[in-house]
Amino acid sequence: MLTIKNLHASIEGNEILKGINLEVQKGEIHAIMGPNGSGKSTLASVLAGRNLFEVTEGEILYNGKNLMEMAPEERAREGIFLGFQYPVEIPGVSMMNFLKTAINEQRKHRGQEEMKSSDFLKMMREKKDLVEIDSNLTNRSVNEGFSGGEKKRNEIFQMAMLDPKLSILDETDSGLDIDALKIVAHGVNQLKSPDNATIVITHYQRLLNYIIPDKVHVLYDGKIVKSGGKQLALELEDKGYEWLSKEAAK
Amino acid sequence: MSIDAKSIDLKDRFGDFFYRNLERLRDGLPEYINNKREGAIQNFQKYGIPNKKVEAYKYTDLKPAFEKEYRTYIEPKKIDFDLNDIFRCDVPELDTHVVLLLNGWFYETKTPQKKLPNGLIITSLREAANRYPDIVEKHYNRYADSETESLTALNTAFAQDGVFIYVPKGKTMDKPVQIINLLMDEEDGMSQHRNLFVMEEETHAQVIVCDHTLSQKNFLTNSVTEVYAGQNARMDFVRIQNEHNGSTQLSNFYLNQERDSRVTANTISLHGGLIRNNYNLRLNGENCENNTLGLYLTDRGQHIDSYVHMDHAYPHCRSNQLFKGVLDDYATGAFNGRILVRQDAQKTEAYQANNNILLTDDARMNSKPQLEIYADDVKCSHGGTSGQLNEEAMFYLRSRGIPLKEAQLLLMYAFAHEIIGQIHIKPLQDRIHELIEKRLRGELSRCNYCQMHCGDAGKN
Ligand SMILES: Nc1ncnc2c1ncn2[C@@H]1O[C@H](COP(=O)(O)OP(=O)(O)O)[C@@H](O)[C@H]1O
Ligand SMILES: [Mg+2]
Repeated sequence: MLTIKNLHASIEGNEILKGINLEVQKGEIHAIMGPNGSGKSTLASVLAGRNLFEVTEGEILYNGKNLMEMAPEERAREGIFLGFQYPVEIPGVSMMNFLKTAINEQRKHRGQEEMKSSDFLKMMREKKDLVEIDSNLTNRSVNEGFSGGEKKRNEIFQMAMLDPKLSILDETDSGLDIDALKIVAHGVNQLKSPDNATIVITHYQRLLNYIIPDKVHVLYDGKIVKSGGKQLALELEDKGYEWLSKEAAK
Repeated sequence: MSIDAKSIDLKDRFGDFFYRNLERLRDGLPEYINNKREGAIQNFQKYGIPNKKVEAYKYTDLKPAFEKEYRTYIEPKKIDFDLNDIFRCDVPELDTHVVLLLNGWFYETKTPQKKLPNGLIITSLREAANRYPDIVEKHYNRYADSETESLTALNTAFAQDGVFIYVPKGKTMDKPVQIINLLMDEEDGMSQHRNLFVMEEETHAQVIVCDHTLSQKNFLTNSVTEVYAGQNARMDFVRIQNEHNGSTQLSNFYLNQERDSRVTANTISLHGGLIRNNYNLRLNGENCENNTLGLYLTDRGQHIDSYVHMDHAYPHCRSNQLFKGVLDDYATGAFNGRILVRQDAQKTEAYQANNNILLTDDARMNSKPQLEIYADDVKCSHGGTSGQLNEEAMFYLRSRGIPLKEAQLLLMYAFAHEIIGQIHIKPLQDRIHELIEKRLRGELSRCNYCQMHCGDAGKN
C-alpha cells in the first residue's frame, strides 16, 4: 500500500529526514517510535503533503501512485488521513461545516452524490458515540478552545467520519489519561479492517498495550535505525532511547 | 445644470454652481437650514476637496472622482416606472419600515407610510424640517463639523433632503428602519443627501442602510448623517455598501452619545469603486458604550478608506473599533483610527484593531492607529495585522480533502464572521452571510442590481 524509498526531507536547508525506507501493507498496523526531535512529525507531514518541508531525495508510492505529485487534498481523497500532533484551532469555521465540506469533497471525488443532511447527522451521532466525544464540541468552531484531550479525540472522530485507507496518527496518545487513551485505542481498533492500514506514531510504549502493532520501527535522527515486532516496543521501554544512540552509531 | 468639469478649479466650480442655484437650493426649506449654506460654502472653498497632502487623506485621492462631470440633483428626478414593483424584499423574515432615497431624494412610495404610533417619526428631512422645526433645529448641523471638514461643509451648503427618524423619550421602534439609497440615472450623477436620526432618552431603534447603484453610470455621493443618541438610548446601525466600480461614496457619519447610551455601527462594504467612510464619534456622557465595526471586501482597482475619530470626553466609557478587510488583485485600502481620551475621561476603555488579508502581492493596505491620551487611568490598545491566510490552518483543512480554493473561502468566511456575528438583526445576519459567501466566491462582481434582492431590477 505504501512504499517509502530513501526519503530525504529538509526545512530551511536543514536535513531532517535522512533516508527513510518503509513498507506498509494493507491490514497492517505499524508503530513508529523515537525520541523528541527525531523527525516523526516531519515524516507524517511529508506523507500528508505539507509543502513546508522540501523533499530532496527518494520517493513515496501509495497504491502504485507517486504521492509527491499530489496536493494534500488529493492525498486525503485517495484515503490518507493525518491525525495531527497539534491540531489547529480555526475560529469561525464550524465543526459541522468543516466536516460536511470535507466529506462531500471526498464523495465528489469518488463520483458519489452529496450526503443528505439527515444521513450526515446520523453518521455524526454514530461516530461521536464511538469516540465518546462531547456533543457540544461538534457545535463549536474547529478545535477552538478544546482541551488537549478533546483535540485528540476530535482527530479520531474525524478519522472515523472520513473512513480513510491509510491513517497516520501522530502522538494521538500524548497528553491523554488512561481512560481517554483506551477510548482512542478502541476507536482505532474498531476502524481496523483488512483493507486499511494505520501508522501510529508514539513516544511511549503504553498506547501499544491497547493497539497491537504488526511492526515497530525506531526513528532516530532522521533514520529508521531498528525495526521489529511488538516486543521491540517493550525493549525500548526497558532500555530507554539512550540505548539507540549506540545502535545508531553501529 | 451640470457642473462644468473643465472649468478652473474644483472649489470655484462648486462655488459658482452654488451661487447660481442658491434660490433653488433654498426653495422649500426653513431659514435655520438655509442660513447655514453660505458660511458652509465659504468654509468649503477655504479648504477645497481634500488632497493627498492632507494627513487624513494621505492614501485616498478624491480628485479624479470630483473631476468627472455629474448631473447634480438639485431637484428630484422623475422616474417613469414603479419602484414599488422593484423593491420587494426577499429576506422574508426581515420585516422593516422601508424608505427609499432615489439619487438622494426621499421617494414617496405609492402605498403611504403607515402612520407610526407613539409619536415616532420616519419621514423626509424636507418634511421634518418644516413640520417639526423644534426637533430638527435643535440637532441639525450640531454634530457635523461644517467648519473645518470641507466635505461636510460642501454637504451643508447643498443638502436638501434625506431621511429623518425620531424616537421620542421612552419609546422603541417596533421594527428596524431600512433606508435604501438608490442611484439610478442615464447620466452621471452626484448626490449629497443629509440624514438626521434623533433618539431621545430611554429609546431603542435599529437602522439598516443599503447603498446601491442601479444603472451603469458614474455616481458620486457625499452624504452626511447626524445621529443623536440620548441618555440610555440603544441603537444598532447596519450599513451595507454595494455599489459598482464607477461609484464614489463619501460618507460622513457623526454620532453624539449621551450618558449610558449604547450604539453599535456595523458597516459591510461588499463592493464599490472608491469608498471613504468617515466616522466621528463623540461619547458625550459617562458610561457610554460604542462599537464601531467594519468589514470590507475589495478586488481589482477598488479602494476603501475608513477614518475613525473616537472622542472620549467623559469618564467610564467603553469603545471598541474593529475593522477587517480582504483585499484581492490590486485593490488598496487605508485605515486611520484615532482615539482621543480627554483629560477628564478617567476609566476609559478604548480598543482598536485593524486586520487584513492580502490575497495577492499587489494588494496594499495602509493602517495607522493614533492614540491621544490625556487621562492617566485608562485601558487602551490598538493592533493591526496584514498578511496571508494562516498556512497551518490551510494545511489542516486541505489534509481533510478540502480543495485549496474552498479552504481559502472557509478561512476568509471565518475571518469575516467576527464582524457579521455582531449584527444583531438575525435574518439580516444570515442574509449578509450569504452575500459574503457569494462575494468571496466571486459571484457578486456584477452588482448593479440590488444585492439585498429586495426585488429584481433586471426585469425592467
Ligand atoms: N517548522 C519547522 N521549522 C524548523 N524546524 C523544524 C520545523 N518543524 C520541525 N523542525 C525540526 O525538525 C526536527 C524534527 O522535528 P519533528 O519532526 O517535529 O520531531 P518529532 O516529531 O520526532 O519530535 C527538529 O529538530 C525540529 O526542530
Ligand atoms: Mg512530533
